[in-house]
Amino acid sequence: MRITLTVNGARHDVDDVWEGESLLYALRERMGLPGSKNACEQGECGSCTVYLDGLPVCSCLVAAGQAQGREVTTVEGLADGERLHPVQQAFVECGAVQCGFCTPGLIVSTHDLLEHNARPSDPEIREALAGNLCRCTGYEKILDAVRTAARTLSAEQP
Amino acid sequence: MTTSATPATAATSTRAGVAGRIGESPLRPDGTLKVTGEFAYASDLWHDQMVWGVTLRSPHPHARIVSIDLSAALAVPGVSAVLTADDVPGVNAVGLEHLDQPALATGVVRYEGEPVALVAADHPETARRAAKRIVVTYEVLPAVTDPRRALDADTPRVHDGGNLVRRMAVRRGDPSPSAPVVVALEFEVGMQDQAFLGPESGLAVPAEDGGVDLYVATQWLHVDQDQICRVLGLPPEQVRLSLAGVGGAFGGREDLSMHVHACLLALRTGKPVKMSYSREESFFGHVHRHPAWLSYEFGAERDGTLVYAKADVLLDGGAYASSTGAVVGNAGTLGLGPYRIPNVHVDARGVYTNNPPCGAMRGFGCVQAAFAYEALMDSLADAVGIDRVEIRVLNGMREGDSNITGQVIDSAAPVAELIAIVRDMPLPPDRAENPDLRDLPGGVSNTTHGEGVVRGVGYAVTYKNVGFSEGFDDHSTARVRLEITGGEPVVTVQTAAAEVGQGLITVEQQICRTELGVERVVVHPKDTTVGSGGSTSASRQTYVTGGAVKAACEAVRSSVLARAAAVLGRDDLRLEGDKIVAQDRHGSGEVLAGLAEILGTDAVEETVQWRHRPTHPIDPLTGQGDAHVQYAFSAHRAVVDVDVELGLVKVVALDTAQDVGLAINPDAVLGQIQGGSAQGMGLALMEEIVVTDGHVRNPSFTDYLIPTILDMPPMTIQVLEYADPHAPYGVRGVGEPPTISSGPAVAAAVRAATGRPLRRVPIRPEHIVGG
Repeated sequence: MRITLTVNGARHDVDDVWEGESLLYALRERMGLPGSKNACEQGECGSCTVYLDGLPVCSCLVAAGQAQGREVTTVEGLADGERLHPVQQAFVECGAVQCGFCTPGLIVSTHDLLEHNARPSDPEIREALAGNLCRCTGYEKILDAVRTAARTLSAEQP
Repeated sequence: MTTSATPATAATSTRAGVAGRIGESPLRPDGTLKVTGEFAYASDLWHDQMVWGVTLRSPHPHARIVSIDLSAALAVPGVSAVLTADDVPGVNAVGLEHLDQPALATGVVRYEGEPVALVAADHPETARRAAKRIVVTYEVLPAVTDPRRALDADTPRVHDGGNLVRRMAVRRGDPSPSAPVVVALEFEVGMQDQAFLGPESGLAVPAEDGGVDLYVATQWLHVDQDQICRVLGLPPEQVRLSLAGVGGAFGGREDLSMHVHACLLALRTGKPVKMSYSREESFFGHVHRHPAWLSYEFGAERDGTLVYAKADVLLDGGAYASSTGAVVGNAGTLGLGPYRIPNVHVDARGVYTNNPPCGAMRGFGCVQAAFAYEALMDSLADAVGIDRVEIRVLNGMREGDSNITGQVIDSAAPVAELIAIVRDMPLPPDRAENPDLRDLPGGVSNTTHGEGVVRGVGYAVTYKNVGFSEGFDDHSTARVRLEITGGEPVVTVQTAAAEVGQGLITVEQQICRTELGVERVVVHPKDTTVGSGGSTSASRQTYVTGGAVKAACEAVRSSVLARAAAVLGRDDLRLEGDKIVAQDRHGSGEVLAGLAEILGTDAVEETVQWRHRPTHPIDPLTGQGDAHVQYAFSAHRAVVDVDVELGLVKVVALDTAQDVGLAINPDAVLGQIQGGSAQGMGLALMEEIVVTDGHVRNPSFTDYLIPTILDMPPMTIQVLEYADPHAPYGVRGVGEPPTISSGPAVAAAVRAATGRPLRRVPIRPEHIVGG
């Protein structure tokens, strides 16, 4: 089947989509957007998190056909050209990235958290990111990064 | 150097001179690509005309293959190849220590999940469906699933040579010691999974020369290449490997997974073949941490001073050896921990069963033993009536001591200091009157508001060997090139040492900047066009590949200075960045020439193979010998809140101290300690591959739990830097000790809170509340 959707602001017409394919598969294998990661295929790890009409979802649990006519934002769509989004910048600077496989999902989840809660407490950060597994960092530097990004964003938008 | 939960953003030093040398924390060069989604992991690779490979695996732990009918699979539209063992052109045998494992099963399957056949098709789902249409007729055989019975005379043999992979005996001192105080225990450790997030993946591209180019996520390109060549029957020139982006490893990528399979399909179809495991297949596609059965006894004086220790360690190696022999070596030589023990009797064994194969995982043989010896050390403290920290101070190894294999510890052994540091760190505040649910056992499940919750504190200390041991020729190769590009000096560093997320590429850059004074350092892609870097395991790469890069830089510097001496007619010269300066005693550093004048358009390139000082095989009867090149020490203190009515645990704090020799990249060191500690905590409380009758019951992240950000507590970390005089810059391996001492500290804290013996990990709710 053909699906038409908007990804990172650009319209995509995707042909030959098999009905059983996930949005994650379509993004990665049919649209040249492999930034969203496939690590569990059952919505446990959060590595495939994208925005679907502004809501964060595990794209491995969304059928590609369900994205018909909708707007998707992936990790590839968060930077402003060459300028990293403050959440991305904070993850780099705080050492929150080791292997980095969980990072795209964590970036999107953190982006969403800070959209709704500009200065989250540590328990609020932990609850918001509890659906994103990381195996390398022990999460300490991820917390650093979220706090840092919150400060940066608050300073940008007084 | 101390860090705590307070935000501490890394900053690149901008002090005078070149920034990003050793001792600083420059940002990792792949960081930006990883946060934008552009970094190419093995599972992201794509090629024109690419087809997808899948594996058909055995559903039985032990069975004879009676017949395989491929016809229905071959008839599926879109399928381009279906292969079995009959299609293996070379020697159908792989293995890190013993060539005991077929690349594709031949005649018999020995574990659930053993690869039997391969399919390539134009869509991964087509390949999966075709694989299901392969008809394999099995004759199910009795499976050996209890490792405790593996060596019994009436137990069937998993391999012709019998079920013993390796036995190690360590004997020292009085063979029949006695002591006034004796404590003993039996302990059991479940099977842990590395659970790296990036699944096994790679892309094999057939080449015009009849060979193949494989892009793959791995820990050691050259040992893969060696094994693949054997199976394909091709020379190394025709099997070229490049490291694709690696999504974590932790030991789980030491053995081959899809490597040979993708190459076989690529050579058969003539098309590029991509394979990428699902999470479920990943649980069957790599080895795990050995489950262990441990029996320990300590004898001590009435003041707690150890007189003797006895240990019996049984490790379930599963169906194929993988690195079981070396894991047994560690469990044997290091299995009594960092303590002074005059009389020693250790037996460690690894056995074959029809359970999932087990091999390398972070901590490698030391993790299992530490749960037992640290639990018993607490028992000893209680038996003689002294504090649990004090017992470790009393018995802790010191520099100059001989360990249980008779090896003299010839650099820092700060056991007493490390355990005292974590004891003296501030404790977390008592639980608030109206605590946040997220800080309580059970969390937002709202299972308690504090009633029935008891706090406990536990301690553990450990040591771990760094690098490959027991006489292994452990080396790494570095190629360093210095040239003038666009008017500025540029260094290119090439090694085949795998970057798996730990930050080796940053360390390589830092060493080049330090040695050559050049800021711009390009890390060449990792591939087999340079000599082996050795394995990214055993906490060894900063030491060994770091040593190779340092040596190659020194060779480049010598070469540049020799050229400069010839041009300038003097040899009292020093290289400082892009200048040749006079090497006078007062350090005035008169500039004599620019590097560009000396090099012109030439590049200076040197390749160095570097070795650490040799280790030695141990005596097969006594286990005595200088088995290891270096030891690394760490200690943890865990604070837990336990809901003793429901058996739920919340780790409140996990604090640690570790000697790293010298922190090449202090922020990356903290990252290793934090991540390693989380994995140890996971084994103590939640992580276990449940295997019944040879079948894995929980091959998913729904059922195999790893710590989330809600599970991890804040950590206070103190890093000691007692340089090892035998190591480059004094470095000491960092990655593994935290995984070894964190789990036993957590287990001890839960015992302290509950008063229960808890002789098995992971500790489950029923162990805490059960009868």
